[in-house]
Amino acid sequence: MKYFPLVWAGLWRKKARTILTMLSIVVAFLLFGLLQGINQGFNKAVQNLNVNRLYASAKTSLTDGLPIAYMNRIKTVPGVKEVSFWTYFGGYFQNARHPLPVFSTDVAALFKIYPEIKIKPEYITAMQQTRTGALVSDALMRKYGWKIGDRIPVGTSIWTSKDGSNTWYFDLVGTFDASTFAGGFPSFYFNQSYFDENTSFGRGRVHYYIVSIADPTKATQIASAIDALFANSTDETRTLTESALAQSQLKQMGDLNFIANAIVGAVLFTLLFLTANTMMQSIRERTGELAVLKTLGFKDGKLLILVLVEALLLCVFAAALGLFLASLVFPALRPIFGDFKMPMIVVFMGAGMALLLALISGLPPAWRAKQLNIVDALAGR
Amino acid sequence: MKMLRQISSVTTMNLRSLPQRWSTSLVIVIGIAGVVAVLVSVLAMSTGMIKTLNSAGRDDRAIVLRNGSASEMGSVLLRDAVRTIVDAPGIKRDAEGKPIASAETIRMATVHKKGDGAEVNIPLRGVGQQVQALRPELKILQGRMFNPAVNELIVGKAAHAQFKGLGLGDQLHTRGATWTVVGVFASGGDSHESELLTDAETLNSTDGRAAFQNVIVLLDSPAAFQRFKDALSANPALAVDVSRESEYYRRQSEVIGKVIGIIAYVVGGIMAVGAIFGALNTMYSAVSARLKEIATLRALGFGATAMVLSVLVEALLLALLGGIIGAGLAWLFFNGNMVSSATSGPGQGQLVFQLSVSLQLVALGIVWACVIGLVGGLFPAIRAARLPVAEALRSV
Repeated sequence: MKYFPLVWAGLWRKKARTILTMLSIVVAFLLFGLLQGINQGFNKAVQNLNVNRLYASAKTSLTDGLPIAYMNRIKTVPGVKEVSFWTYFGGYFQNARHPLPVFSTDVAALFKIYPEIKIKPEYITAMQQTRTGALVSDALMRKYGWKIGDRIPVGTSIWTSKDGSNTWYFDLVGTFDASTFAGGFPSFYFNQSYFDENTSFGRGRVHYYIVSIADPTKATQIASAIDALFANSTDETRTLTESALAQSQLKQMGDLNFIANAIVGAVLFTLLFLTANTMMQSIRERTGELAVLKTLGFKDGKLLILVLVEALLLCVFAAALGLFLASLVFPALRPIFGDFKMPMIVVFMGAGMALLLALISGLPPAWRAKQLNIVDALAGR
Repeated sequence: MKMLRQISSVTTMNLRSLPQRWSTSLVIVIGIAGVVAVLVSVLAMSTGMIKTLNSAGRDDRAIVLRNGSASEMGSVLLRDAVRTIVDAPGIKRDAEGKPIASAETIRMATVHKKGDGAEVNIPLRGVGQQVQALRPELKILQGRMFNPAVNELIVGKAAHAQFKGLGLGDQLHTRGATWTVVGVFASGGDSHESELLTDAETLNSTDGRAAFQNVIVLLDSPAAFQRFKDALSANPALAVDVSRESEYYRRQSEVIGKVIGIIAYVVGGIMAVGAIFGALNTMYSAVSARLKEIATLRALGFGATAMVLSVLVEALLLALLGGIIGAGLAWLFFNGNMVSSATSGPGQGQLVFQLSVSLQLVALGIVWACVIGLVGGLFPAIRAARLPVAEALRSV
């Protein structure tokens, strides 16, 4: 500890250079924190998904839909607890530039399948009693300034109503809190019975059956049992667990993931190369001073440690600052990823990289300092 | 004149000593190369995507969708509406006097990527019988055109290259039908090359859907668009949106282009800041390595401007080198790479496109490189000029 002032003085020997080096490390770790944080956030969201839920959609293509009559048959599969469904409605508020994630469903069963979505029981009752009722998420209600009791016009480009109108009216009867759900949980629901009653076509088809099961270890067997039920019919199903579904949706983004990773690699390599090079140079310039320290009786090992500690101090402090800045940015991304914090794993990875950087940039000059021949160094040879 | 001579001799002298400082100079070159490579390759993605989407549209074709529909996928046109649309004025007619138009209907087909076997969706587009007159850019490369009334389809060459099970004679299952691939087509590198084409009536009969999603018509001339649009808007029995095809595809590519652009400039911008710090460091140490030399020259009567410029030229040359290397790397690794991705959310079809490192992108990268070099060289250059000569000479 008594050598700290010495290390500190070495660090600030050239103020401008130290600050510039520090800032470029800060920038490197800011980018690392952001990109890797988002990447890990996605992974975590996929891993943390519920294992008690299965999703059945048409085998040919999701958009084909499945007959509503499958509901009762899926319920007969052993191990199935509850079945609900999503029928994609789409729609927009005011004009097509404000799309709404509108789905029709059976709300009572739906919220039993998603216990992590918080909703007051009276809202579910209200929904069942109001033919034209709608439930929306808190976030969506805030976004458009709606209140419970409002009559909301929803425009649609697909589902013309029976009277030929392109606008459907729903009465807002309640809200729910979907903030714990990191994946984009649909946030606007209305009654399937009202859809069937009011639409001019397309009755009796749903896009997803959501199935809750009692024992998650039997997920695969139950999924194949459901698919076997409808094998060789006109509408074959494909049943996936929640995480398998999320993964297959991420896969649709395709090659872009690979390119994003390549970029993170390029970013890190570039910025770390910059800093390592400058730090080596800064220590090289001090060969004479190190020789003086040796003359004063500093042991080889001690000198090595002094130089390393200096590199470590700079890297770790700058890296922590960069990651801290990145963590400040994350709240701004909440609308995209849900409740989202800087994952701890990224902090650990960052700490590991900072150590590595300190070693790579500090060890060669430190080793040279250790091997220094005093006479040669003082003579400037 | 004397000034210019001063500048050129100091700069030449400076550059001759560059090899002695190569390891620190490398910091500028590699730093900037990294920034430019990342910026150019990310933008190459959106350029390629936009190019593929936009080339599908022509000014003398119009696309009719149900009003309020943002894209083909959300549109429905019933048979009656289709009949009214193709009778409107302004549509070019063929030798037999029939309007050149295609009422289209789209399904999603599930296929697997050749690389990692990932399951993705691509559009299966049912087109009208006059599709070849409507889209003269459509050329059969292998096999033959599909026949109507039998389950045959042709596959775009980009989809053919990217996905499994789409070779001649291969079979593809959709709901209610099994299709045989009978041909591979090219259509000028546009987004249709990521699709499957078949006959619209045949496709509709496989799953009992009677409606179409859009009508695409060939106009008499680009100028006939207004006449066509007015005729349809004036018809109270129709509720449709009419767009020029070029305009429609521009809208489709707008959002994704914007998103990728933001990513490119944010990541590139942050990296550039880091590279500026690196460049500042390098140039400061270059100036301090030349302290003796600069002070001597100043004592001999060389002007401050010559000093400033010699440092700036060095920084700019290094930056330029970095920029060229960076753009070159992006071009080498990414230009012409075939990739596929969903253009919007999941459930949408895949678009296969080539990353395209265009000349504008290379120029943009080099401009960024020069700006970084300039900023990184400026402050050290000013320091070199302000050096108090007597003090600097004493210190050495």
